[in-house]
Amino acid sequence: MDLLSNILISVMIAATPLVLAATGELVAERAGVLNLGVEGMMVTGALAAFAALMATGKIAWALTAAVVAGTGMATLFAVLALSLRANQVAAGLALTMFGLGLSALAGQGYSGQSAGAFPRLHLAGLSDLPLLGKLLFAQDGLIYLSLALLAATSWLMERTRLGLILRAIGDNHDAAHAIGHPVLAYRYGATLFGGAMAGLGGAYLSLVETPLWAERMTAGRGWIALALVVFAAWRPWRVLAGAYLFGAVTILGLHSQAFGIKIDAQLLSMLPYLVTIAVLVIISRDKMRMKLTAPACLGKPFHAAA
Amino acid sequence: MVRLEPRLVPSRAVGYLAPIIAIALAFAAGMALFAALGRPPLEAMQLIFLEPLRSLRGISEILVKATPLILIAIGLGVGFRAGVWNIGAEGQFTVGALMGGSLALAVYPVTGWWLLPLMALLGIAGGMLWAAIPAFLRTRCNTNEILVSLLLSYVAVLLLSTLTHGPLRDPDGLNFPESRLFQTALPVIIPGTRAHVGFLVALAAVALAWLLLEHQLLGFKLKVLGQAPRAARFAGFAEPRLVWFSLLLSGGCAGLAGLLEAAGPVGQLVPALPAGYGFAAIVVAFLGRLEPLGILVAGLLLALISIGGEMAQIAMSLPSASIATFQGMFLFFMLAADVFVNYRPRWQPRRDSAPLARSAAAAAE
Repeated sequence: MDLLSNILISVMIAATPLVLAATGELVAERAGVLNLGVEGMMVTGALAAFAALMATGKIAWALTAAVVAGTGMATLFAVLALSLRANQVAAGLALTMFGLGLSALAGQGYSGQSAGAFPRLHLAGLSDLPLLGKLLFAQDGLIYLSLALLAATSWLMERTRLGLILRAIGDNHDAAHAIGHPVLAYRYGATLFGGAMAGLGGAYLSLVETPLWAERMTAGRGWIALALVVFAAWRPWRVLAGAYLFGAVTILGLHSQAFGIKIDAQLLSMLPYLVTIAVLVIISRDKMRMKLTAPACLGKPFHAAA
Repeated sequence: MVRLEPRLVPSRAVGYLAPIIAIALAFAAGMALFAALGRPPLEAMQLIFLEPLRSLRGISEILVKATPLILIAIGLGVGFRAGVWNIGAEGQFTVGALMGGSLALAVYPVTGWWLLPLMALLGIAGGMLWAAIPAFLRTRCNTNEILVSLLLSYVAVLLLSTLTHGPLRDPDGLNFPESRLFQTALPVIIPGTRAHVGFLVALAAVALAWLLLEHQLLGFKLKVLGQAPRAARFAGFAEPRLVWFSLLLSGGCAGLAGLLEAAGPVGQLVPALPAGYGFAAIVVAFLGRLEPLGILVAGLLLALISIGGEMAQIAMSLPSASIATFQGMFLFFMLAADVFVNYRPRWQPRRDSAPLARSAAAAAE
């Protein structure tokens, strides 16, 4: 039972950075902005959080730094892709390259240091419950934060006026503009929110999952988060399902040796990428459904004159 | 307030100016970056941009570095024009090197004049094979080729690492994760240096791509598909075939580049073979404005910067990541400068009228 609960906990830990980053990207994509720079924003967030923790020793500052870094990176993208109407695919790629390079450059002094164990929640009584106690009530605070942010995003996108406007802008920016909504302002907001969430996702990596800083430590998680948004058909709660499924695959791969399955460890590390591709294929196969679920203006530049 | 106003006709002058402006801006940003790192900026820039051109060794190394960049970017540029976003060239490069290189290792120590051409063919086939996966998935299963091709890069790099740690490891070596040295090497074009025939192959690719894009119906179809997908559909251009063509071409180019890198300057299979060429080539393709001749110039320029960057790394102990940062900034500035090809900045005093009022006024006219 202890093994099972440990495995479930590591699944949650593997899934949380993806939940955070994918939730942010989902909001941006719902508003019609395709930001392929998630990887770059995550890795900058990871470094910013780690550096701030090392400097201040305070987790609150680490998280703030990650949010600021992610938002700053997203601002670069927004200026390029929204104000200057550059191609969003290219601008996103540039952001990823820049983020990977800049974080490697700025993070040199931090490689090899360790952040130490992240404090876990402990609720007297509840956390000591047998079986589920540890699983449900003794995680690090960021897991609960990720779930709360996801719930808030879901409510915001599907139950509020703001969400309706954002979705309208993503589906038909010309119509939204015609009835008086400032399309670019909303898109800026959504993009920056995506950056902040990606920054937090990165912070989770460098503070909790592997509490240290290493160059390129995101190892493609930003891209997997992008795939999760497609997997989720742009619905917030499905992001959670996708991320946890993905976390499960990763962890099962890691633990398969414990179950006596003898596969090369490096081959196993390919598993997450292959599973992501397989899932993408299954989800996208129905062309009609994809057309109906994807935001209609995704990746299209907007200019008021047209 | 500055507003962007669409131009009636894209500006040719700005089209030529944009890369120059981007380079100037990247230059300025690079100086700021080096100053922030506490290195004398002018000296660093001089090391990066001029030092490699001062010696035959420097120039030949630029040709070595430019070969994969140009070759990959030529293929990518064709696809990008058609709106087919193959961003997994890194993986196709790796699989090309792996397949071509495996042939040499399989027949070792037999060698002959036939070995290199066969390796090159297998390299192309390997790159095409890896690119065929996103092509198949996009045309048959409607799956986004951006994500698939990128995710496959991670798989390819892990595959190379697994194989060089295991089956392909040099049996006579010291257990390092590397294959044995190939029994054959690419002919060198400048005696006494590492510059190899691969550069001539890259030049040929530039010429062929120019012919294809400017003088063939296929090139025109690709352009239409990229700029006006609906028009392409009405005109009856078969989209799946163009997607297949773009991906196989870019995959084949990347695979060949991988094999040339393995059989040329490296001479064996090592886990670190890919070294980011597939991603840097994306910068090259955009910097060259997706035009073959532009890509040739951009590839040489980026190669100059990386060789100069390596020299600066040694001379001023600059971190290696500073060049990657520089490349990212380059792409940023290029994309920003590119906007002014199609749009004109206009100074406009701020007005308070809501968009609604404005469109109503327009309708009344």
